[in-house]
This record gives sequence, C-alpha cells and structure tokens, in this order.
Amino acid sequence: MDSGTLFNLVTIAYFISMVLFFAYLAARTNSVGLAGNLTALVGLILHTAALGMRWYESYQILGGDGRAPLTNLYESVVFFTWSIVLIYLLLDLKYKQRTVGAFTMPFALFGQLGAQMWLNDSIDPLVPALQSNWLTYHVITCFIGYAAFALACGVSIMYLMKIGKEESFEGDKSKMPGLLGFFPPTRVLDDINYRAIMIGFPMLTLGIVTGAAWANYAWGTYWSWDPKETWSLIVWFIYAAFIHARFTRGWVGRRAAWLSIFGFAATLFCYLGVNLVLSGLHSYGGA
Amino acid sequence: MSEKQTNTSLTDRIWDFFCSLKLTIIILLLLALTSVIGTLIQQNAPAEEYIREYGQANYELFVKLQFIDMYHSWWFIGLLGLFSINLICCSIKHFPRVWKFVADPQLVASPGTLKNSANRAEYAVKEDAAQVSRRLSELLKKEYGKVTETEKDGKSYLFAQKGIYSRFGAYVTHLSILIIMAGAIIGNLWGYKAYVNIVEGTSTDKVWSRSGQQPVELGFTVRCDDFDVSYYPNSRRPKDYTSDLVVLENGKEVLKKTIEVNDPLTYKGITFYQSSYGPAGNAFFKVKVTENATGKVLNLDARQGEHVKLPNGYAFAISNFTENDRQFGPAMQLSVNAPDGKPGRPFVVWKNYPQFDVKRAGIFSFELIDFQEPQYTGLQVAKDPGVEIVWLGCFLMMFGSMSAFFFSHKRVWVCLETEAGKTKIQLAANAHRNQAGFSLAFDEFKQKLDATIENKSPEKEG
Ligand code: HEM
Repeated sequence: MDSGTLFNLVTIAYFISMVLFFAYLAARTNSVGLAGNLTALVGLILHTAALGMRWYESYQILGGDGRAPLTNLYESVVFFTWSIVLIYLLLDLKYKQRTVGAFTMPFALFGQLGAQMWLNDSIDPLVPALQSNWLTYHVITCFIGYAAFALACGVSIMYLMKIGKEESFEGDKSKMPGLLGFFPPTRVLDDINYRAIMIGFPMLTLGIVTGAAWANYAWGTYWSWDPKETWSLIVWFIYAAFIHARFTRGWVGRRAAWLSIFGFAATLFCYLGVNLVLSGLHSYGGA
Repeated sequence: MSEKQTNTSLTDRIWDFFCSLKLTIIILLLLALTSVIGTLIQQNAPAEEYIREYGQANYELFVKLQFIDMYHSWWFIGLLGLFSINLICCSIKHFPRVWKFVADPQLVASPGTLKNSANRAEYAVKEDAAQVSRRLSELLKKEYGKVTETEKDGKSYLFAQKGIYSRFGAYVTHLSILIIMAGAIIGNLWGYKAYVNIVEGTSTDKVWSRSGQQPVELGFTVRCDDFDVSYYPNSRRPKDYTSDLVVLENGKEVLKKTIEVNDPLTYKGITFYQSSYGPAGNAFFKVKVTENATGKVLNLDARQGEHVKLPNGYAFAISNFTENDRQFGPAMQLSVNAPDGKPGRPFVVWKNYPQFDVKRAGIFSFELIDFQEPQYTGLQVAKDPGVEIVWLGCFLMMFGSMSAFFFSHKRVWVCLETEAGKTKIQLAANAHRNQAGFSLAFDEFKQKLDATIENKSPEKEG
C-alpha cells in the first residue's frame, strides 16, 4: 500500500468521524460520540502511518536525499490536519467534551480534502535552501501551534453560540434544553479555549525562534521583516494580547472568544494568505 | 473613583498608566495592526516603483508617514519603546509580590486558609501530635520535598511547596523580550550586513556593506579556490552550491572550509554565507581535433571567442557554451573558418557524446575533452555581535513561558492541635494555576493521606 492510498483512507475516516459527531449533536447518545472519537483515532493512526510511509517513499524515490515529509505546501497541510486531530484527542482525554469534535473534525476534513484535491503531492528533491534540519523543527512547531489555535477557534465559536442563550436562560443553566444545552458549559469552553492557546502559544514561539535560527544559518539574518515573518509576529502579538487579557477583567468570555477567532483568522492568513496574496522568501516549492 | 483619582498625584497616575495591563493589550494589538502595513506596502523599494503603483501624491504621503521603511520609522520604534517601558514598569510593580513567596513563605496557615481552601481535609485521631506530625512529614516529603515545621500558639504547623519557580516564568519571559531587543540593537549598532563576489582562484580582504555600498575591511583575507554547482541525478534541479574558502592571515592559511547553503564559515565573528554565483570571464576548453582525411589527432586549448589555428590555414572558434544543454549535458557551439577567413556554419558538440561529430563529415571532427568555466561565488557577509544575546533571549523565553504555562506553584499546609485527648488534623492545599488538575491530584494524594492516618479517624471530612 502506498501513502496516497493511506491518505485517502484517512480522509474517509475523518469524514465518517465528522458525520458521527454531527449525529451525536442530533441524537445526543454517548455511544455515537464515542464512535466519532474512535473513528478519529483510527484516522489518526492511519494518518501517522501514511506520514511514515511517505517519509519512507521519499528515500525510495530520492535515495540518500530522502527527507521528513514536511517540505512543501501539500505536506504542511497534511501535517496540519494531523496535528489538529492529535490535539483534539489529547484535550478529549482530559475534558471528555465530544461535542467539540463536531467543531474540530470539519477543519481536519477540509484540510485533507483541500490537500488531496488541489495540491501537488509529488515527492521532489529539495532545493539547497530547504536542506536544513531547522526546516523540520520549524514546520513541526509552527503547525502544532496552528492546530492548537484552530481548536481554540472551534471552541470559541461554540462559546459564542451558547453564551447569549445561556445568559437569557432562567433557571438552572446546566439543565438548559436543546442543542446548546448539550454543549459543554460555557465555563468549560472558555477554559478549553485558554488551554489550547497555552499549548499553541509556546509552540508558535518555538516556531518563530527555529525559523529565525534557520534564516540566520542560511542567510545571516535572523529577522528581515519579510511578510511571512511579520505575519507570524502579528499572530504572536494577538495571542500574547489574549494571554494577558486573562488578567484584566472584561477581556474574558466573549471578548476572549472573539480574540481567539480573530487570532485564528490571522493564523490562516499567515499560513496561506501570505503565499497567495503577498510575496516573500517563503514560497513553497512547486505548489 | 473620580475622587480617588484627584487624590493620587500626577506621578502616581503616570506610573499606573505605564504599569497598566490594558495598555499592554492595546500596544500588542496596535503592534499587530501596524505591522500589517509593511506587509502590504513593499519596503525599501526605489521611489519610481511606488510612484508607478500608487501615484506621486500617495508616494509623498508614504514618505511622510515613513511607510517606505516602516519597521524603522520613529513611530514603530516608539511603539516598541513604549512596549518595553510598559513591560519594565509592570514587572517592577508585580515582582515584589512574587518575591515574597520565596523570601517570606506563609509557613503558618491562617484559619481562613484551613477553612476555605478548595482542597482540604480534616481528621481527628487518638495518636499524639508528635507521632502524627512525623508520619505526615514523611508523606509530604515524598510528594513535595522539603517540609518546614513551625510551633505557634500551642499548635504545630507543617508547610511544604513545589514548583515555586513557575511563579517566575512570566518574569523570565518578560526579561527575555528585553534581552532579545538588546541583542537586536547591539547587532544593529556594531554589526553589518555585506556581500562580496570572489572569482575562483582569487581573494579579497574587503566586502561591500549593504547599507552604504561602502567597502568594509575584513582584517584578513578570504580566498575562493573553487565554486561548484551539483545537480540531482537526471535532473536540472540544483542540489548544492559549494565554495571552497580559505582564510589567510599575513599570507598564512588559518582556516579552510567548503561552505554550502545552510552551512556557512565563521572567522573572528564574521560569517560568510553561500548566496549566489555567476560566470566570470571566458570559459577555457580542452578540445581534441581529428583531421578526417589523415586521421591526425591534435589536442588543443581554446578560450571562448578566441580563434585557434588548425592545419592548412583553417581555424576554429568556440562561440557559445552551456553546462547543460537540455538533458544532454555540457555542450559547446563552434565554427570552422576556411583558409580564406570565411566563417563556416556553427555546430554543436556535446561532451557526453564524443562520436557524434564524426557524422557531420566535415574536414575536422571535434571532441570536447574538458572545460573550465571560471565563476565567481556570491557571498553574504554578516557580522552580528548581538546574535548570541538574541539566542540567549530566545532560550529564556521558551524556558520562561513553558514554566509559566505548564507548571504551577503548589502549597500544602497542615495544622495539628491537641483537643480533648485527640489530635485534630487540618490540611489545606492550593495551586496558583490549573486548579482543576490540581484537585484531581489532590484527591489521589488524599487517598495516600487516608492510608497514612490508617483510617483511624472516625470523622473524616473533605
Ligand atoms: C509580547 C510580549 C509578552 C509576552 C510574550 C508575555 C508573556 C507572558 C507570559 C507567558 C505570562 C505568563 C502567563 C500566565 O501566567 O498564564 C505573562 C504574564 C504577565 N505579563 Fe506578560 N508578556 C508580554 C508582554 C507583557 C507586557 C508588555 C506586560 C506589561 C505590562 C506584561 C505583563 C504581565 C503580567 C502582569 C503578567 C502576570 C504575571 C504574574 O502572573 O505574576 N506582559 N506574560
């Protein structure tokens, strides 16, 4: 079996998982939620195998010039979706809030579908500038950070959907009827948002630092204000603002949720928008 | 509120302004927002480009607002300055409170702490206080390390803590930002970015600064012995650019290294990075010529564009050369001049296909034996005495933020008092973050505690 086939299976698994989570929202039966989780886990295991397989294939195709599958746009998107599912499952271990799955798996599925439909998945040898171990560390840390922000964004959307209804609801908040009542308590959603950003922020910091180290090693400048670097700093500023907002009243809850969504929009722009709209050093080869 | 404000002095209000976290959030968001400008408007381009794209009036506006080089504009630097002041003031204001946890830990739990902590336990046992204290100390020691015992008002108190350093994580993070900025400033003031092109076989002791196009003396000499491009097999994709560099001082070789992209050479704080390359002067060829009529073979040296004599008044000249002609490898284009000086039709000879030219059936057939194309290697040269400081800052930032986010300061207090022949044990614990996680850990701890007390307590509570 080659990695392409495995990646197709992964996409199917994430699709089924997403459908199951939607069914869970409708049916509100725990077993359906559990099935959604297990399918996501199967998808993640296949996904890990597919990444390993692609790594192995790169050595078969390129001989000694093989490399970790983290070097072009296709590979970065596929690693991004892997990180999203991983972080969702890790947070699920702790919080057991399966409704969050319904707001996470669509990101993962969309990423997989997009990569497979629109992006070039050939395994090409690396141009000299990309032949650096820093590239691997840089991509891993950045994308785990991005994935954590994606999850925080999903949870923030849930928070905003629920908070208005909850505030106007009279009586015991934990007995709120309907779909929104089935969502985790807003307090928990707010907490998961913060927790996910606490994972994402140091990862993004490491991503920026490893990127700077790499640039310094390759060109002799750790920072040159090129659009990609600047946008990663913009994202970093936004989440730094978010973290400090926790200490001042008035910036938790709704505002924190909006800041998190805003932060993820900036993250997406940093990731994709800069390459599509602006120009700079960071163009992905062949994509 | 307004009354209070008129009571505080102006300096207090300025101080509060600079310490305020609201200011932090606003500055962070402003930095994010303004940084966008520089990614939309190209930085440091020639004036004509802005005028062509945005018009004269807008260009003048950009110049006034310093959008052309906005990351060095007074307002952006000012924003960064305000940010640093905010950071310093805020840390000065909050640090003493945190330092108090180290200098003056709360060894004796207040009744409030014992009664109201989210994580607490209470027992009453028949054993005497000293014995209970010893056993609890042992348990706490296993979980928390050092245990401090205090006697006060006839009660005995135990105190233990773990992870106090995580309280300092935020401060280490903040300090690291200042360190990184300091490193960047040092690099800007005492370092430079330059470039130099060195033709293979030659050397230089000067490089050209990017900012002023001024020559900068290196203080030593760098020679390039060889430059090479290697390609991936069966492809025109470059695999590596390499230069063999030698550093010379007073004519003596002191350092030798083959540099490539992502692997520079550093000597005396100055680093040379492989950056570009190009042709330098005419290529040099070794050509084997066979006179077809006689079978006579000549080995000749030729330079591109130069006429080389052949027998019987003929001559040839190489007019063009490429290292890679489509997929066929190195090739030269040449023509043979008749004895009357009339140039013949140009034709191509490929190095990898030596027999091909025989088929042309000319008077002479040519083989390309070897060639040498002198090239220059383009090097970026950087001196940055601040870069180590920047890395130190980055390291501290990771270390600081990880300890701030993922660890917490956990404390446990025990109060033992003898009451009506029994020993009353009160225990309270807290963590300064991740309370939910700590509660779970505390529940586990409590089971060990129960076992330690050996379930002798009839009135368990928790
Ligand atoms: C981009 C710059 C900054 C970064 C990366 C940063 C990072 C951090 C981090 C990681 C924490 C710990 C968060 C936590 O405990 O959950 C923190 C806390 C804090 N930060 Fe910052 N910070 C920055 C700028 C500032 C500035 C400019 C101020 C100044 C006013 C400030 C004031 C504080 C305060 C008061 C705390 C709480 C400290 C405590 O828990 O005792 N930060 N910061």
